[in-house]
Amino acid sequence: MIGKPTLSRRILTTDLPALGIVLLAIGPFAWMVLTSVTPQERLAALGVSIVPSDWSLENYVRLVSRTSFLGNMGHSLIVATGTMVLGLVVSVTAAYAFSRFRFPGRRLLMLQFLLVNMFPVVLLILPLFVLMRRIGLLDTHAALIIANATVAIPFSVWMLTSYINAIPKSLDEAAMTDGCTRLQALRRVILPLAMPGIVSTGIYIFITAWNEYLYALTLGGRNVRTVTVAVQTLIGEYQIEWGLLSAGGVVGALPATILFLIAQRRLIGGLTQGAVKG
Amino acid sequence: MTLSVALPNQAAPAHSWRNRLLPYALLTPAVVVTIIIVFLPMIEAVVTSLYEFVLFRPNAARFVGLGNYIKLVQDPVFWITLGHTAIWIGLTVPLQMGLGLVAALVLNREFPWRGLARALVIIPWALPSVVIALMWRWIYDANTGVLNEILLRLAMIQSAVPWLADPDKALYAVIATLTWQGFPFFAVMILAGLQGIPKSRYEAASIDGASAWRQFRHVTLPGIAGVLATAGLLRIIWVANSIDVIFVMTGGGPGYATQTLPLYAFVKARQNLDFGYGTTIAVMFTLLLAGVVAVYIARTSGEAER
Repeated sequence: MIGKPTLSRRILTTDLPALGIVLLAIGPFAWMVLTSVTPQERLAALGVSIVPSDWSLENYVRLVSRTSFLGNMGHSLIVATGTMVLGLVVSVTAAYAFSRFRFPGRRLLMLQFLLVNMFPVVLLILPLFVLMRRIGLLDTHAALIIANATVAIPFSVWMLTSYINAIPKSLDEAAMTDGCTRLQALRRVILPLAMPGIVSTGIYIFITAWNEYLYALTLGGRNVRTVTVAVQTLIGEYQIEWGLLSAGGVVGALPATILFLIAQRRLIGGLTQGAVKG
Repeated sequence: MTLSVALPNQAAPAHSWRNRLLPYALLTPAVVVTIIIVFLPMIEAVVTSLYEFVLFRPNAARFVGLGNYIKLVQDPVFWITLGHTAIWIGLTVPLQMGLGLVAALVLNREFPWRGLARALVIIPWALPSVVIALMWRWIYDANTGVLNEILLRLAMIQSAVPWLADPDKALYAVIATLTWQGFPFFAVMILAGLQGIPKSRYEAASIDGASAWRQFRHVTLPGIAGVLATAGLLRIIWVANSIDVIFVMTGGGPGYATQTLPLYAFVKARQNLDFGYGTTIAVMFTLLLAGVVAVYIARTSGEAER
């Protein structure tokens, strides 16, 4: 009854639907890429070109030479890297404590970090603005790093706890019988073993911070303008320059997308673990 | 995220007080930073919501108690945006889940380029919200947008539709965009769940002569029910909070047509600089959302105990 499906049948029932889903997923972005390589006049007169001979990098050249987009990429890089470092540094020891110790208040503290992750951005963004204005932190990299860390720290505490849980306890115990203290065991045994998990958590934090928009818009300003905010300013004053805007969107989205594709297997493993077992 | 088996406290060897304090010391940096950057601002928010406070008149701040909250329930826009929030969540999450389920079922089948297809499908997840919002504004554009062009060619519409400028359609157009942004998350979660269903159950079902539909109903669905519930709850919270895409696409307009509750709070504070009232809306929204969060936490805290 269960015969081996023929090739044409497989194409009809599997490849075509899969192709449809892939097209749905990448179609809009592909359209944006096409828009970005269509020269300005051609776009205004005839619309987006799907003929390769019409394509040019004109919009990208304008983006780099006539706007401050490269500088904005620099700001995004500082903010995303800063968030990643802050998020990981304070979370590693916390995750180790959650994984290896049983102590009063453990459950409450873990739930606290889970709860923090659910807070609406809008509830935090308004008081953060008022507080940072009071202490003169607005429009600095620190402001954006702190704001992004409100999401990054709880996230990385949970992710790292589950990564460290996967490392057998017997390894730290062996290290301690050999004369290591707890902290030495953490540094010499657990950290190297947890490195793949730490790296992928770091990459996810970097991507999230790079893509973040509302904090960057509200707490940034003239001096610190990240890519996500800058893309929007590419909208011309009188009419929207879709070619330039698309080029900015493509360049701005590229770093995070490439990182995501590189790290996807491990990232998704970590992200889905909770949901699948829950 | 599973946690290893808890040791009963007595089983741990009697350590000195230093060892007993060690976990707290290890937790201190994360807890202190979280208190400063999350809990202090939150308290500040609750306090601000009790004041009449407009940013450009800082000296005119005046304590009004629950005055802002009374004003809020009498504000017709509050009820409009609350309704939009319900539609927003009620449509977006099931649509994301449905599309994600279809995508996962297809990508779970065997075909030569499956790895590539799985990688490409997650692209909407990786893109910045602001880029997604601008991209869809371009697609929806009334004059030169590609959506109108396609629909006109297929003769599905007679004349170009101003998707984002029409108050009756704008909310649904934004919901479609958010569905697109969020379905890969469900697809990935459900795929992981599908891989956890033992093949033997399908074999047993097909020996019993179960049709494809019955196999789906009685083997696949029960197998991924847990994933669907957890991912769905997470997504309700995420979608409810998500305002960046709407803000960039429509700014809440035309009129209040695409304004959700958190967006109303943000716009009120950002454009009118009315931080007292804006914060009140945000606090109220958080309280309403707390119910969903409580259910999610209850589901997850079972794990923390293990």
